Amino acid sequence: MAGKILVFLEQRNGEIKKASFEAVKAASAIADKLSIEAEAVTVGSEISNLENVGGYGIKKVTHFKNSELANYSNSAYSKLVADFAKEIGAGIILFSNTSLGKDLAPFTAVKTDAGIAMDITVIDYDGNDLILTRPIFAGKALLELKVNSPVKVITLRPNVFSSGEPSNDKAEIEVKDVSSPDLQTKVVELKKSKGKLDVAEADIIVSGGRGLKAPENFHLIKDLAEVLGAAQGASRAAVDAGWRPHSEQVGQTGKTVSPTLYVAVGISGAIQHLAGMRSSKYIVAINKDKDAPIFQVADYGIAGDAFEIVPALIEEIKRVKS
Amino acid sequence: MKIAVCVSHVPDTAAKINIASDGKSIDQNGVTYVVNPYDEIAIEEALKTKEAFEGETVAISVGPESNKDSIKKALAMGIDSGVLLKHEGFIDSLGVARALADEIKTLDAKLVFFGKQSVDYDNSIVGQLTSELIGYNCVSVVVDFKLDGEKIICEREIEGGREIVETTLPAVITAQKGLNEPRYASLKGIMAAKKKTIEEKDAAAGENVVEVIKMKKPPVKQPGRILGEDATVVPELVKLLKEEAKVI
Repeated sequence: MAGKILVFLEQRNGEIKKASFEAVKAASAIADKLSIEAEAVTVGSEISNLENVGGYGIKKVTHFKNSELANYSNSAYSKLVADFAKEIGAGIILFSNTSLGKDLAPFTAVKTDAGIAMDITVIDYDGNDLILTRPIFAGKALLELKVNSPVKVITLRPNVFSSGEPSNDKAEIEVKDVSSPDLQTKVVELKKSKGKLDVAEADIIVSGGRGLKAPENFHLIKDLAEVLGAAQGASRAAVDAGWRPHSEQVGQTGKTVSPTLYVAVGISGAIQHLAGMRSSKYIVAINKDKDAPIFQVADYGIAGDAFEIVPALIEEIKRVKS
Repeated sequence: MKIAVCVSHVPDTAAKINIASDGKSIDQNGVTYVVNPYDEIAIEEALKTKEAFEGETVAISVGPESNKDSIKKALAMGIDSGVLLKHEGFIDSLGVARALADEIKTLDAKLVFFGKQSVDYDNSIVGQLTSELIGYNCVSVVVDFKLDGEKIICEREIEGGREIVETTLPAVITAQKGLNEPRYASLKGIMAAKKKTIEEKDAAAGENVVEVIKMKKPPVKQPGRILGEDATVVPELVKLLKEEAKVI
């Protein structure tokens, strides 16, 4: 295999995201396996934790810098990353499959004449060829593929590749000032949902469904999520009923998630929902109907009344934590 | 202004997915196909834009003859005409994008709507690839869309919030749930659709660079235990979460 491996580091609010450290670790593993060089690139304004990349196995980072690049611009970012990839002769360009990565990767692929593989969960090798696996149909099936172009763009699903414990090594950072970025398309403002964790990024998710009977009962989900430090999710039925916003929906027309712990409360487990959460490491189900499909994927289930069990669970977690 | 909307024809989300005997595709047995749910949102936004600014709408789909069903759905909802870019067998995202880009150039459509992803292969990139191939601007995963002359202001959903994005025509917009509530096809719309034309031509897809090695089912998860039926088992559950799952 010719060429280097280049990993894109994603910053939000001047901080490199956790998913990028996972990508760095994966990139350095690929580089070792194929005996090629790995380096990293980022775009932004001030970035605080950039040198920490060294602890995950990549020693060289190039930072394209301009105060106007603090927020995402697909036109500017893709041009900088693609030009840099060509300049260093990158054969593999790696992104995280985040909302930014999913947008940036395809533009970069066209600009570098690369084939593209999205949302990869397993990297394997056949000689020097990468054999990549990705979930399709929201996880109802898996696809094993190969990209047969000289340059390959690959995105990695967050929370799947472990970043491991970092060493104390620091990366060497080269800052390149960008004079006039192509801001044809640009983010002019960032609106945060106040203080809320997103299901796509959370390590623990507590989701509620129709079994909660009414939107006002979702305080149970909120309270349980709070004691667990979890993000709040919802089933499609709860979203379609207008009880919860779509941004919380887990499943085939919502978000596919793989947290360490997924707690499903009052969710029967329609096929679309199971597809979106079945790869969670541990699944807890609380549902009245002991024949509900959710118990087929749950590690631990309680076949009882959520209105009795959830408050007791909140109290017990508080007691154990204190 | 000509407004295009790209639609894909996918297995219904309620479908059970099994692998066909070739080991590289899905078993079609008992699988019903529908217009991709996100594409319905794209169709609605194309119609709303036409209603607000006038223009002509066209639905484009890449795939076999059966994709016409999804084009017909778009026509029944109110899209003016359809184009089927014929292709049989596996086609990678770049191939779909190349075929669409070619047709959008021919049509000279200045605004193109896509669903943010197809619920079959879940790549979520065809809109972006297409825009890049024809040099259009692009905003993906859009939950709010405003057009003001040549200027576009969108809200784009991201982890834990939204980005307000500005760009200009010509542009590709990919639609996320929440952008609008797609209308139902009325009986009148279904009747009117019968008189609308669907042009057919071969897709200019080029060669696949993604090679399917195999398709498989995910490993079956062993069902766990139902600990009990009331709150008395809560301490046991918390103990398991602490000691086995190590999450508390």
